[in-house]
Amino acid sequence: MRPALHAEWTKMRTVAGPRWLLLGLIAATVALSAAATSVVTCGSAGCGGDLTRLSLIGVQLGQALAAILAVLVISGEYSSGMIRTTLTAMPRRATALAAKAVILTGVVAVAGTTAVLGSLLAGRLILPRHGFTAARGHPALSLADGPTLRATAGSILYLILIALLSLGIAAVVRDSATSVGVILGLLYLLPIVAQVIGDPHWQRLLQRIGPMSAGLAIQATTDLHSLPLSPWAGLGVTAGWAAAALVTGGLLLRGRDA
Amino acid sequence: MIRLLHAEWTKFRTVPGWMAGMAVAALLVVLVALLAGASSDQHGAPPVPTGPGGEPVTDSFYFVHRPLAGDGSITVSVSALESSVPQGLGDLRPGIVPWAKAGLIVKESTRQGSPYAAIMVTRGHGVRMQDNYVNDTAGIPGPVSAGSPRWLRLDRAGDTITGYGSTDGTNWAKAGTARVRGLGSTAQVGLFVASPQAVAGLGATASMSTAAFGDLRLQAGWTDGEWTGEQLGAGSPTFAGYPPPGSGSFTASGGSLTVTGAGDIAPAVRYSLPAAGTIKDILTGTFAALIMVIVVGALFITTEYRQNLIHVTLAAGPGRSRVLLAKAIVLGAVTFVAGLAGAELAVPLGERLCRANGVYMFPVTSSTELRVALGTAALLATASILALSVGAILRSSAGAVTTVIVSTVLPYLLIANPFMPASVANWLTRVTPAAAFAVQQTLVQYPQVANPYTPYNGYYPLAPWAGLAVLAGYAVVGLAVAAVVLHRRDA
Repeated sequence: MRPALHAEWTKMRTVAGPRWLLLGLIAATVALSAAATSVVTCGSAGCGGDLTRLSLIGVQLGQALAAILAVLVISGEYSSGMIRTTLTAMPRRATALAAKAVILTGVVAVAGTTAVLGSLLAGRLILPRHGFTAARGHPALSLADGPTLRATAGSILYLILIALLSLGIAAVVRDSATSVGVILGLLYLLPIVAQVIGDPHWQRLLQRIGPMSAGLAIQATTDLHSLPLSPWAGLGVTAGWAAAALVTGGLLLRGRDA
Repeated sequence: MIRLLHAEWTKFRTVPGWMAGMAVAALLVVLVALLAGASSDQHGAPPVPTGPGGEPVTDSFYFVHRPLAGDGSITVSVSALESSVPQGLGDLRPGIVPWAKAGLIVKESTRQGSPYAAIMVTRGHGVRMQDNYVNDTAGIPGPVSAGSPRWLRLDRAGDTITGYGSTDGTNWAKAGTARVRGLGSTAQVGLFVASPQAVAGLGATASMSTAAFGDLRLQAGWTDGEWTGEQLGAGSPTFAGYPPPGSGSFTASGGSLTVTGAGDIAPAVRYSLPAAGTIKDILTGTFAALIMVIVVGALFITTEYRQNLIHVTLAAGPGRSRVLLAKAIVLGAVTFVAGLAGAELAVPLGERLCRANGVYMFPVTSSTELRVALGTAALLATASILALSVGAILRSSAGAVTTVIVSTVLPYLLIANPFMPASVANWLTRVTPAAAFAVQQTLVQYPQVANPYTPYNGYYPLAPWAGLAVLAGYAVVGLAVAAVVLHRRDA
């Protein structure tokens, strides 16, 4: 396993693409979060809303970059033919995929932590200037607050899980453009289609099984009873998706010719 | 150019995956429409009242009325109009409902959706003359109070109804004249109080209002009889009801009358008809189709780079911008045809299924329906061209697909978050490529009806074609940049 990890780390480290994608992940997440928090204002009439969730909204954009990175880790090898070299050097294909997953987890964890903490900091600095002050019942965002800490840690885990889900799907689909289409479709489409389902039972079910709508429940700090499912259970659904995709990808990688 | 177009069309046609992708895109639009129609079940829902113009209306208010045979006139003063809004369950507090109404109305009958004309004072918009639900004219401005009462007068002469307002009861200022057809020889005339839902942030709550009337005078045409007070349209789906524990009432003591009412007499909007469907809901499959055409659009150019076909392409057609243009035309045309086929099939099928399941659909004219279908096809075609240009710039299919999907679909997803403030939602649907979804909007904004007019509820800040133009702008800029880099770079 160690040589496999070292090989994957070298690949990740020595190509410019991943570095830019990780920087992009951080920049996009923080930028969208900061933009969202700087357009809300707390007027005299009162201002509700889940400020932690609003401050972490950039994750919805950042996850797309985590997805591309994950897709390129494996589809890039297929399009350049590198995959044959990789599998010749590491004949245990499951180990090769596992090594990719570990390295991906590591880099997304680092970038995700920076991005999520940056978003929270932006919210902490920006929101009080727009009237969300402690006097009006909105103390500054802080990790000392239990739900905010859970939302922050959960958002980092969510980004990692989306990267792993994408890695699994890319191992199944192989073509990079199609993989990205499938992943973003899975993430973004389910919540949109759920809105048009007239039957509330089915609608809720769809929101519970969607990897994004379920997983982002982890960011909620208010109105927890109105969520499709509890925060940690929601993240569990996303983890289930990631595990299923990785296992399927691993089995197909072993069963198919590269 | 013809040769280039032919070459590109041959390339597109002979890749089974791309043709299949386009077919699947069209199919997804239809499938989601069928899903939307089939999954809804509103059998036995009470009928939605419709006004003389066929539009859905709210026709629920407290009406104190008497028959008026032929022509006549009625005058009254209003010295107070106060509203109550619930702060919690059963906790009614004084609140401000800008479109709370109290005044005089002449209405064909108490039937839901019947023609009418009314003169009224409002809580925050002065004296208004309104008729047949959609028409609204401003009169004397300013709020009403005991120190500054308003006198209102309504004259009927055949189909012509004239409303007047006054601050002293002697000098009358005409607020407006309405021609109302179908009032009949004997109309119901009297006092009314309406109190629409109070919009608070992103939601709305039922409210009720009480008005103090006095100095009631009748001229000509009136038969002797008692005033009847009743809540019209109590069971209507467009009526949010009274906030508990309130109820409508009418009391007369001496010369003064106190009337309490809830509801509204106005065109129905998204918030008064939350269960109704729109064509936009039926066409939600556009998002699925969008992802398909973006993938195909990006692959149409990036595959050439990956397989080094680009060398052959550029050797055969050395005018690089023309090659790019030919690709854009072929791709756009194929996507447009697929999108149009999907939308033209999805809308009637989805509408029929929804109606069969008892869902009320917001009515649209056939020209609006055509605009939505053409607009949806154009949206898909433009997005695929944008994907093509980004693919030519980045030369990476994963990057191109992500960029275009994220810039078109993600903003829509963000505005669909219930906690997203309206200012953010409006900004996103103005500047991002997601503005193009405005082309699917069919709901009408009425300034005289308070409603969260947000993209989430189907009201876009940009007009339909203006929204599409934003996406087209991105595509044109994308193509121009792609043409420049294609010239500058070695393939």
